[in-house]
Amino acid sequence: MQFWVIQTLNSLALGGLLFLLSAGFSLIFGLMRIANLTHGAFFMLGAYLGASVMHAVPNLWLAALLVGLAVALLGGLFERGILRKLAGNSLGQVLVTLGMAFIIADSCLLIWGGDPIPILTPPALQAPLRVAGYVFPTYRVVVVGIAIVVAIALYLLMEKTRLGAMIRAGVDDMDMARAVGIPVSRLFSTVFCLGALLAGAGGVIGGPILSAYPGLDADMLPLALIVVILGGVGSLVGAFVGSFLVGFVYTFGIALLPDLAYVILFLPMIVVIAFRPRGLFGRATT
Amino acid sequence: MSAADMVRSRVAQIALLVVLLGAYPWLIGEFYVNLASQIFIAAVFAASLNLLVGYGGLTSLGHASFLGLAAYLSGWLTLKMGFTHGAAAPLALAGATLMAGLFGLIALRATGLGFLMITLALSQVLWGTAYRWVSVTDGDNGLARLTRPAPFGINLDHATAFYYFAALVTVLAVWMMARFVASPFGASLRGTRDQPRRMSSMGHDVWLLRWITFVYSGFWGAVSGLLFVYYNKYVHPTSFALTSSAEGLLAVIAGGSGTVLGPLAGAAIVVLLKNYVSGYVERWNMLLGIVFVLIVVFMPRGLVPGLRRWRERRSGGRA
Amino acid sequence: MIPALEISDLNKAFGGVSATSGVEMRVMPGARHLIIGPNGAGKTTLFNLISGDLYGDSGSIRLFGREVSRLPPHRRAHLGLARTYQIITLFGEESLEHNLVLSQLGLSPLRWRPFAPLDRFGELRQEARAVLARVNLDHLAERRLGELSYGERRRAEMAMALAQRPRLLLLDEPFAGLSREERTVLKDLIAGVPREVTIILIEHDMDIALELAERITVLHYGKVIVDGTRAEVVADPRTREVYLGD
Repeated sequence: MQFWVIQTLNSLALGGLLFLLSAGFSLIFGLMRIANLTHGAFFMLGAYLGASVMHAVPNLWLAALLVGLAVALLGGLFERGILRKLAGNSLGQVLVTLGMAFIIADSCLLIWGGDPIPILTPPALQAPLRVAGYVFPTYRVVVVGIAIVVAIALYLLMEKTRLGAMIRAGVDDMDMARAVGIPVSRLFSTVFCLGALLAGAGGVIGGPILSAYPGLDADMLPLALIVVILGGVGSLVGAFVGSFLVGFVYTFGIALLPDLAYVILFLPMIVVIAFRPRGLFGRATT
Repeated sequence: MSAADMVRSRVAQIALLVVLLGAYPWLIGEFYVNLASQIFIAAVFAASLNLLVGYGGLTSLGHASFLGLAAYLSGWLTLKMGFTHGAAAPLALAGATLMAGLFGLIALRATGLGFLMITLALSQVLWGTAYRWVSVTDGDNGLARLTRPAPFGINLDHATAFYYFAALVTVLAVWMMARFVASPFGASLRGTRDQPRRMSSMGHDVWLLRWITFVYSGFWGAVSGLLFVYYNKYVHPTSFALTSSAEGLLAVIAGGSGTVLGPLAGAAIVVLLKNYVSGYVERWNMLLGIVFVLIVVFMPRGLVPGLRRWRERRSGGRA
Repeated sequence: MIPALEISDLNKAFGGVSATSGVEMRVMPGARHLIIGPNGAGKTTLFNLISGDLYGDSGSIRLFGREVSRLPPHRRAHLGLARTYQIITLFGEESLEHNLVLSQLGLSPLRWRPFAPLDRFGELRQEARAVLARVNLDHLAERRLGELSYGERRRAEMAMALAQRPRLLLLDEPFAGLSREERTVLKDLIAGVPREVTIILIEHDMDIALELAERITVLHYGKVIVDGTRAEVVADPRTREVYLGD
C-alpha cells in the first residue's frame, strides 16, 4: 500500500511540474501559433541556474523566482529579437525555437559539465509527513500545492484581468482581436515571457526531485508535447488535466512496466487524437 | 539548343556523373571514401524527408523514427534472432514501413503545427522505448558488433566496396523518388501543398494523397536506416533523437526543398560541416542550432537559392 | 424528375450565431438558379454546406437524389459537383495549362499513377487546351497563372470548373471585381454553358445576375425569405424589404 501512496504522490508531483511547463507551452501555442520547442531547454536552464544561484541564495523559493525572471528575460530577448522577425512564417519560427533549444542545451553542457547537479530539498521540508500510518515525502506534496496555486493564479489571470481577456480573445480569434485594437506584439511578448518564467521557475522547483542534468530538456519536452496534444492547445484546463494524466501514466508505467513506459504513454495520446484531434479541451487550430 | 542536343547533353551529364562517382574512391584516401558513404546515407534520408516537406507541404520532426526503426530491426534480427541479412533486410523495411503507415494515420489527423508536434511526439516515444526496453535494445549501450551484408558474396567491410553499394542504393532511391515526384500522383501532391481546399473540391482525396506519401517517404527513410546500420555496424537510441530528425530537416532547408536534388546538396553540407567542425568544436548541437537560426532568419528559402540571390545582388546590383 | 439539388431543413450555427436556418431549396436539372441576399445573409455558408467545405448541424442535402450531407467535398465532386470560390484560389506558380490538368486529374484514375511521368499523358494537355479554348484563354496556356490579369484568372476558374464536366456548377460571385467588358464576356460564357449542366449562382451585381437567372432564392439572416421565378421574386414586396429594410 505504501508503494501505491508513493507512486501516487510521485505522479502528482510530476503532474504538477508538467503543468508548470505545459501551461506556458500551451498558451504560447494557442496565442502565438508557435510550437515553442525551446520550452524544455528553458526548464533545464532554470534547473541549472537554480543550482548555481542557490550557492548565493540558499532559499529555494527565492531562487525559483529570480531564475524564473532571468529565464523570462532571455525568453523575451529571443522573442523580440528573433521570433518577431519571422512573424507569419510559422515553420521558420518552430525551426528557430528548435535551434535555440540546441544552443541552450549545449551551452548548459559547456558551462556546467556533464554530471548531474542535485538541488537540495529545503531543510524545512526534508522530514516526511506521517498521516494515518502512511509516509508522504513532504516536498512532493508541496510541489502539488504549488501547481494548484499557480493553476488558480493563472485561472484568475485569464478570467478576471484585462490581460487575461486579451489573451483569451487572441486565442479565440486573432484577426478580431487585432481589429478591436488589442496590442498584439506586446501581448505576444508578455505571454512568451510568462511561459518562460513558469518553465524556468518550474526547473528550479523540480530540482529536488529531478535535479539538473544534460538531457533534462529532451526528457521533459516530449512529455509537455503529449500533455498539450492530449489536453488541447491554448487551454489551461486541458494543460492541467493533461499534466496529471501524463504524470500518472508515466509514473505508474515506469513503476509497473519499465520497458514499455513510453509506449503506454503513447496510448492515451492515440486514443485522444483518433477521436478528438483537437485534444480533450482544445479549440480548432487553423 | 535542339531536342537532340538536349538529350545528348543530358546523357553526357549523366555519363560524367557516373564516371566521377565511379572513379572517386580510387582518387582519394579511405577517410574521404567513408565520408562520401556518410553523405549518401544522409542524402537518402534528407531526400525522403523532402517528399513530405517540399512536395507535400508537411513538415515532420519525427523522420528519424523510420531510420532508427529499420536500423534497430535489422540489428535485432541479425544479432539477437540469428537471421541472415537476406531475410532481415526486407523484414526491417517492412516493419518500418508498416510503422510509417500507423504513424501516418495518427499524425495526419492534424496538419501544420499539429502534425509537426505529433510526428515529434511519436519519434520521442520510439526514442524513450529504445532506451528503456533494455532486453531488446540493450538500452543505452545500443546494439553493437553488427555486421554488414555480403550481397552476391561481395564483402562490404572494405570502404570502397561499401561506397559503391551506398552509391548504387542512393542512385536507385533518388531515381524512384524523382519519378514519384514527376508523376500524376506527384503533381496532385504538390497541388495539395499549395491549395488543399481547392484540390478537394476538384475531386482529389487529399488525406489519402498525404498518407500514401507519408508511407513512401517512411520507406525510403527506412532504406537510409539500413545503410546507416550497415555502415556504422552499431545503432544507439540517439538515432531516434530529435537531433537526428533535425539534421535531416536542416539538410532539406540548406539545400532547398523545391527540388529532388536540393536535399542531396544539403546533406553533403551537413555531413561535411559535422565532420569538419567536430575536429575543432566539441559542441555540434550548438552549431546545429546556430546554423538553423541563421539560415531561417537570413535565407529562408534555403542556402542554395539564398546564396545564388546573394551572389546576384553583389554582382548585378540593382535588380 | 429528380432534382439536381434538394435541401431540406438545413441548419448551421457558429457558436450560437445561426448562419443557416431551416433552409429549403429545390433546383431542377438544367436550371439557372440565383441566390441573392444582403451581406452576411449566409449565401457563401450555404454554398460551403452544399460543396462539403462545411457540414451542417442538421437537415439534409441531396445531390441528384443522393444524400450527401456527411460526404466529404472530394466525394461530392465525383458525383458531379464543381464550384468556384469568391476568393480566387488557383495555383499561382504553375502554368495555366497545369492548373487545368490538376482539375482534370481530380476525377481521373490517372491521378493515382505514382511512377509514370505526367508529361507522357498528352491527352490531359489536349483536353486542357480544348477547355481553355472555350473560354478563350488557350493562347495563355503556357503562362504562369500569377501573370494573368484578374479577369483572365476569373475565366480560368470557370475553365477549371468546366474541366470537371460537372452536372451541378456552383458559382460564388463570379463577377466580383470585373470590368464592364469582362463581365459581358463572362456572362456570355455562362449563358453558353449547355443545359446538361445545372447552374446555381451567388451574385451581388443585379443587372448581370437577373439576366442569367430563371429562378431566384432570397436569403436573409440565414433564412429563405422568398423563392420563385424571376418575375415572382422581383415583384414580391418582401424582396425589396430585405434590401431596403435595415
